Amino acid sequence: MLKLQNYSVAYGQSKVIHDLQLDVGENEIVAVVGRNGMGKTTLMKSMVGMVPAREGVLSMQGVDLMPLKSHQRVKAGLGFVPQGRMIFPTLTVKENIETGLAASGRKGIPADLYELFPVLKDMASRKGGNLSGGQQQQLAIARALATDPKVLILDEPTEGIQPSIIQELARTLRKIRDTRGLSILVSEQVLSFVMNVADRILVIEKGRFVHQEEREGANQEKIAAYLAV
Amino acid sequence: MFADYSMPELMSIFAMQGFAGLSLFSIFVLMALGLAIIFGQMGVINMAHGEFMILGAYTTYLTAGLFENVMPGLYGIYFFVAMFLAFIASALLGMLVEWLMIRHLYHRPLDTLLATWGLSLILQQAYRSIFGAREVGVSLPDWMMGSIAVTDLVEIPINGLIVMVLTLVIATLVYLLMFRSGWGRQVRAVVQNRPMAEAVGIDTGKVDRITFALGCGIAGVAGAAFTMIGSTGPTSGQLYIVDTFLVVVFGGAQSLLGTIASAFTISQAQSTMEFFLSGSMAKVLTLLVVVGILMLRPQGLFALKVRR
Repeated sequence: MLKLQNYSVAYGQSKVIHDLQLDVGENEIVAVVGRNGMGKTTLMKSMVGMVPAREGVLSMQGVDLMPLKSHQRVKAGLGFVPQGRMIFPTLTVKENIETGLAASGRKGIPADLYELFPVLKDMASRKGGNLSGGQQQQLAIARALATDPKVLILDEPTEGIQPSIIQELARTLRKIRDTRGLSILVSEQVLSFVMNVADRILVIEKGRFVHQEEREGANQEKIAAYLAV
Repeated sequence: MFADYSMPELMSIFAMQGFAGLSLFSIFVLMALGLAIIFGQMGVINMAHGEFMILGAYTTYLTAGLFENVMPGLYGIYFFVAMFLAFIASALLGMLVEWLMIRHLYHRPLDTLLATWGLSLILQQAYRSIFGAREVGVSLPDWMMGSIAVTDLVEIPINGLIVMVLTLVIATLVYLLMFRSGWGRQVRAVVQNRPMAEAVGIDTGKVDRITFALGCGIAGVAGAAFTMIGSTGPTSGQLYIVDTFLVVVFGGAQSLLGTIASAFTISQAQSTMEFFLSGSMAKVLTLLVVVGILMLRPQGLFALKVRR
């Protein structure tokens, strides 16, 4: 589905992401874990085109994404949920979701979005900025889903969310994958969430993948050691 | 200064100066709407905004000339045609300018300030070369001239009323466009977070171009209205740009209602005080009050409140 080959990202002269190889399969959920400052967010941002990539291949279903601008990548089927949610604070909840419709070409919000996130329907006419952190996260996911993605990218979705809701978020993501048949790439630090959501786990350190495991039979202690500060 | 007048006289002075201020109010609103939309959306301070207005005024002048010579029978409705053409002319020029110049200068506010200032000088000279340095004016059709006598002392100019109604219609249209249409939603998303808007699939480059064109087009309509209260010269637009900035800042950026309220306050204060004091004293007083209020409320009169 989504393919990275010899993928590198640099800020000026300092290379942050080094020669990554990654292949996210159809209907697969892949988690990239790593400590702060290891390049997770840079990787995610560069894939959606917010940070330019230095070199390599980024393609989705054979379509080369490298020369495309952000909005063209989204149109091609890349949904993005950024770190810190970044919903539009003075737009209403409904309007926030509708901003995603420009990419999918739909006229209205698909009904199943509200089934996934019933709370957003209740709050449809509230300003996005007045929602709680967890609700904003749901809104950011709903907004990305409104673009009809084939691959959904989430950058640290559990950040700033209360623990009881984290596992619910994992269930929601699996449900989205199952009902919509899309692939998900998620970057994360919370191991329990990762163990709940991912099919495959990659560990990133200093911009390189240093470890890879299937979730089933994954050595939790080893991954936890990578995450320990 | 009020001592020389009796109470009824004072009341009618206030009423008449208030209505005289309506034309000024209309121009402020239209100019400020365009400026506020462009500034809010792209962070570009368009110093050439006054020249876009004057383009609208010259378009009106040309249209009036055309109607006078070719179809004098329809002269009564020339203004509405001229307004439409003024919008188109200014919007097209705006689109061209955005494509040629502005889009290369985003994220460089000081450079856009200089570049649009340069553009304003270029446009002024272009007007001077094409239309001559002498100011031109249009004659209003008969039905727009004169005034309605409300009482013995109070008279309301008809053209001021027409311009004000048109302004309110345009302001309403802009409001609907910004808050009820899909395009407006995209504009507001881009205003709040440009990279994120791009990352949910909004073509920000296209939104920018249309926004700039719309802002300039509205300035063109302001120019059409301007022909009713003053004569048009190459540098007439320059006189309005500072006042318009004042209106935008005083009203609070990104608030349409604030822009209208502040345009009303400033134009009415100006117009009323001009009767009793000299024009420049009236301006000094207006500026002092505005500066004072902005020190207490730096965000302007109206500002949206949300958690960020």
